[in-house]
Amino acid sequence: MARTVNRITRFNISALALGLAFLYLPIVILVIYSFNASRLVTVWGGWSLRWYTEFFNDRAMLEAAWMSLRVAAASATIATLLGTLAAVALSRGDRFKGRTLFSGMLYAPLVMPEIITGLSLLLLFVALNAERGFWTVTIAHTTLTMCFVAVVVQSRLTSLDRSLEEAAMDLGCNPVQAFLSVTLPLIMPAIAAGWMLAFILSLDDVVIATFTTGPGSATLPIRIYSEVRLGVKPEINAICTLFIALIAVVIVAASFVSKLTRTRGESAAPL
Amino acid sequence: MAEELSKPEPQAVSADLPLLRIDAVVKTFGGFRAVDRLSLDIGAGEFFALLGPSGCGKTTLLRMLAGFETLDEGRILLNGTDIGPVLPHQRPVNMMFQNYALFPHLTVRDNIAFGLRRARMPRSQIDTRVAEMIALVKLEGLETRKPDQLSGGQKQRVALARSLARRPKVLLLDEPLAALDKKLRESTQLELMEVQRRLGMTFIIVTHDQEEAMTVADRIGVMAAGRLEQVATPRELYEAPGSRWIAEFVGDINLFEGQVASREANRLAVSTNAGMLLAAQPRQPITNTIVAVAIRPEKVKLSRRGPMPDPLNAQAVNRLEGVVTDVGYLGGLTTYKLKLDSGAVLRSSMANTARIDIDAYSAGQRVVAWFTPDDCVVLEQ
Repeated sequence: MARTVNRITRFNISALALGLAFLYLPIVILVIYSFNASRLVTVWGGWSLRWYTEFFNDRAMLEAAWMSLRVAAASATIATLLGTLAAVALSRGDRFKGRTLFSGMLYAPLVMPEIITGLSLLLLFVALNAERGFWTVTIAHTTLTMCFVAVVVQSRLTSLDRSLEEAAMDLGCNPVQAFLSVTLPLIMPAIAAGWMLAFILSLDDVVIATFTTGPGSATLPIRIYSEVRLGVKPEINAICTLFIALIAVVIVAASFVSKLTRTRGESAAPL
Repeated sequence: MAEELSKPEPQAVSADLPLLRIDAVVKTFGGFRAVDRLSLDIGAGEFFALLGPSGCGKTTLLRMLAGFETLDEGRILLNGTDIGPVLPHQRPVNMMFQNYALFPHLTVRDNIAFGLRRARMPRSQIDTRVAEMIALVKLEGLETRKPDQLSGGQKQRVALARSLARRPKVLLLDEPLAALDKKLRESTQLELMEVQRRLGMTFIIVTHDQEEAMTVADRIGVMAAGRLEQVATPRELYEAPGSRWIAEFVGDINLFEGQVASREANRLAVSTNAGMLLAAQPRQPITNTIVAVAIRPEKVKLSRRGPMPDPLNAQAVNRLEGVVTDVGYLGGLTTYKLKLDSGAVLRSSMANTARIDIDAYSAGQRVVAWFTPDDCVVLEQ
């Protein structure tokens, strides 16, 4: 049976090619045009790195990119901390009252429309009279990405044999030591994968950032979006290409990390 | 009879208190009594087996000894101190887990040293102790391997070494050999006994495998529905089961229900569905008149014409006739199933002591089955 499934037929190849083209052709075009020498986006004027140098001289764009990276790193770190704690509480804590409600509430942002999350956070920050900027976006992104981290880490914890922690306690660890010396090293790949996922989600986000950011602290996607409304400059293509490269690196790293988990003979975190 | 069979009990450290005393312990899980007012004493240096079908509460009891389950009622005294409120990491007991629970991110050496490092033992002592343990379980050369580079049998040895490294007063073993294949299990049982004897530690093993319990343990506690049905040496358990349930749970047995017809000096005559059977008086006098006569298959002898008029067979007074219906050749043994003339079914097994057995019986053959009254056990319902 496996033979018929694995056989390479003309149909399989063309289906694969069409599928890949559907997914990646627009991106490939974008990447190619980022090396276009012409000022006009749709006219090919020969190969050039002109728009990359343009980007590296564009202070406003660089500031937005720096802002995005800082927000992504900060919110991913906070989300990983909180998400891991939530996952540990849900999979290891005693069955407390309202546990189902708590886990439901934890995962709600996963399916909540971003526009609602963004709007509600905006209302909250306005009510608190908080100055909108780096920290408001970071907090907003933390609430968005924390549940993703919790899902990844919890699935790893669930697949982890509880008797490992019991064995650690049996051999003289108190519960905290058992967690630090046995559980944490074993869920580390999932935590790392969760961090990278949170980082990417924060880097990508436009909607929530638009609601929660303030003047002078636009993130890169917001900046790109506002530039594009005035017409697509070839510089945008260059920025997007760099963006894609960064995300690709993080995704490859994340899948490498989760593969590491798998070679340890335990089931891997989903990613 | 039973007095001759039972081995002398291992000596307890203090005259009045054993090493471990389990006193009227109760554990309830949401209305279900997993362990039901169970009391048990285990002496120092003893190899004790908790035997029972799954769900009888034996693992729960073991986990209470390790500290992973709290007690609802009762006390557990170790060397006279109540260890009920003591947390697992502060108890002088260690556990070997059923799935071994080896730390996958640590090497064999680090797994074994884990508990010693926690105990803040000096480095040089740790190295000596780990080397000692590795030699004890014969794992030389595998010190730097990770658990997933080991075979099942090797993992089992690492788990044993790790749980022994801290020299616990009591070692708890939760189905330690269940994951091994039959041949490896048998040789590991013998090694386990040797290790226990050499270290002089108290071992408590939980198992559902009665052969394993019989092989390794000095004493066996048979559990059912959260209670101890009988605590006895393997021989006593097999030859003098305390109840009908145990007689059927441990090994194979023929049971014939009947009524006590007459009592003589040290004989009981019981009228059963297989006919009138003579049995030895049990230790505790029978109060009920409705009883069951139990006889192990290997004690039922077969012959073509019945017992020879031989002085050795003078007592062979239980004589039942029937037809062989089934023959099972098992290598070392052959088992026979007979349909008696009374309609009852009787099983017999015989050791194949000769390679060529001209006396082997075949299905359809008429035979006489016989056994002595001393080989029968009378059990109340």
